[in-house]
Amino acid sequence: MPETLPGDRIFSFPGGLKLKHHKQMACREPVRRPPLPERLYVPLGQHQGESGELLVAEGDRVLKGQPLTASGDDFIVPAHAPTSGTVGAVVQHPAAFPPGGTRRCLVLDPDGEDQWCDPDPLEEWQKRSGVEIIDHLHGAGLAGMGGAMFPTAAKLRGDWPDLHTVILNGAECEPYIACDEMLMRERPEAIIRGGLILARAVGAQRVVIAIEDRMGAVRDKLEAACQQIDTDGIVRIVQVLTIYPEGGERQLIQTLTGKEVPHNGLPQDLGVVCHNVATAASLRDAVIDGRPLIERIVTVTGPGIKEPCNLLALIGTPFAHLVEAAGGYQGKVTRMVLGGPMSGTALASDEIPVTRGANCLLALTSEQVASTGPVMPCINCGQCVSACPAGLLPQMLYRHLEAEQYDRAAELNLADCIECGCCAQVCPSHIPLVDFYRHGRQELIRRELDERRAALARRRFEAREARMEREKAERAARRKAREEKLKKPDKAQDEIQAAIERAKQKRQPK
Amino acid sequence: MTFPDYHVPEMINAIATLGMMTLVAGAVLAWLGRRLAPDDDSLVERINQVLPQTQCAQCGYPGCRPYAEAIANGEADINQCPPGGEAGVRELADLLGTEPKPLDESRGEHKPPMVAVIDEDRCIGCTLCIQACPVDAIVGAARMMHTVIEAECTGCELCIEPCPVDCIDLIERQQPANWPRPQPIPIRVREATHA
Repeated sequence: MPETLPGDRIFSFPGGLKLKHHKQMACREPVRRPPLPERLYVPLGQHQGESGELLVAEGDRVLKGQPLTASGDDFIVPAHAPTSGTVGAVVQHPAAFPPGGTRRCLVLDPDGEDQWCDPDPLEEWQKRSGVEIIDHLHGAGLAGMGGAMFPTAAKLRGDWPDLHTVILNGAECEPYIACDEMLMRERPEAIIRGGLILARAVGAQRVVIAIEDRMGAVRDKLEAACQQIDTDGIVRIVQVLTIYPEGGERQLIQTLTGKEVPHNGLPQDLGVVCHNVATAASLRDAVIDGRPLIERIVTVTGPGIKEPCNLLALIGTPFAHLVEAAGGYQGKVTRMVLGGPMSGTALASDEIPVTRGANCLLALTSEQVASTGPVMPCINCGQCVSACPAGLLPQMLYRHLEAEQYDRAAELNLADCIECGCCAQVCPSHIPLVDFYRHGRQELIRRELDERRAALARRRFEAREARMEREKAERAARRKAREEKLKKPDKAQDEIQAAIERAKQKRQPK
Repeated sequence: MTFPDYHVPEMINAIATLGMMTLVAGAVLAWLGRRLAPDDDSLVERINQVLPQTQCAQCGYPGCRPYAEAIANGEADINQCPPGGEAGVRELADLLGTEPKPLDESRGEHKPPMVAVIDEDRCIGCTLCIQACPVDAIVGAARMMHTVIEAECTGCELCIEPCPVDCIDLIERQQPANWPRPQPIPIRVREATHA
């Protein structure tokens, strides 16, 4: 254990931008629950992974919180029924990723009763082992709610003897998103308890809740909650500077520990593990109340929304329903964004359902989206280099990717890009740099897959060649043995004679 | 006429010394040259790394490795691999230090990654496709239904021809979702701003 634990001192990370905040517009009213939608589209799977084996059939009636899928793999997160109702078909429904594409979703028609199934809490979690807690979290469908939806159980699993700190990430640095801030204001107790459960699961000695220095009221709420709960004094609330992308996992860890998460490494290598505050609150619900992850706070905001607000939405609710609950559209909305304006994804449709990582729905009008100028060639000014929080060379990466030299981009550590968008923001030539990096990173993943497949085919081809060679040799050996036998006529004669005798003996008894 | 004052013994000494050094250096270089000569096997290996390992035999050789051996021996051209496509030819040219050439279309056309699918209702269990598969990606037994292990199929098409009931189809392989490549920046913006 190091002498100074994360949170004792504040460090900084390179690059980053100071952005204007637009959080207040959605924070005027407390979080509320929108009416039940007519139909839910529960996503079966997230990113590249699927949701596992389907446990229900079309026409089944399910209760709220009942598992819809099951899996034994940490990377395949089970889905649960967000409300009681009738299961429909599995359909291809629009999704945020791939852009403009579709994903498998299970249709669920709510019956309006919102009837819970029997809760499945983990009794006396203080006495449970880490593995038991992690298995429970996997069964409750926990995944990172900061946006990336990384499976929580997969992040916690593993033997990390030097792990000393759980960092709860409340540094919500994107200009419009306010769901974590609202959660910290309204349920500080749940976040702290979630942090304590996490500390128990990984055997950490400290929980650091990182918030931004602009969230004044939040700090008081969290400290008051700390007083009420018996935390053994291991929980610490730390304010960090409001610089985008402070809320990035690697940037926050660098701010708190002064060390960079190694390239090809994990936060666990520095003895820390980082979770979003919303994940911590849902984790508390899963362990103490026995409620799986079926709802989350979504900030519905932007100049294109009549009454920006934070809604506690069920997973699978179409975004259009949330917009309706927020008073509907206003003005000429030209772009819908999932996530923040810096690192979010433009949506092709408002029928896309809420997922575990859907933190914000942003409706922008033509004024905000209007291009600031034509795309011009790169002039090598280096502004992107000084803005890059990951310490990369964005202009070189761009140059290689534009020329489709993916290998060279990989050599310049394209894989370490966090797609924060700072470089594209400061680029005086208005080059859509992040689009190139996203494409390039996925191209690298695809190539690796191809290579692995080729290696497999090669091994199997060689194994088959070897087998055929062996069989040929065996056949040749048998033939040779036969020929040898025939070469010795008397021995062959003897054998023939013996066979005749045997046949005779068999016939005689009859 | 007088000769310059040569120190004959010293001259012989110098010649002998230099001669010996040259001989030793030559011997060492000759030995190293033989020892570190580019290994034929490693060349074959490197060519094989570039080939897509489809094992489809469209190149005229029974598999990717035999084709790699033929290229290394100078028997085959570098443009005979349709699954590798133009990109594969370029990579081979890079590796061998030759000029890339267009793909030999007579060998077949470049297609996106494919997988074979057996129509299991029509399969009669003849095992002919199992024998044809170069990577043992088909499972089944005589008079039993066969099926293709999708993860191991290379889409080589070698199973299609022997099937007596024509129950094998090739479909495009499902690729992971990808972010589209942004449009490259047009050169004409520069002219436009000057105009």
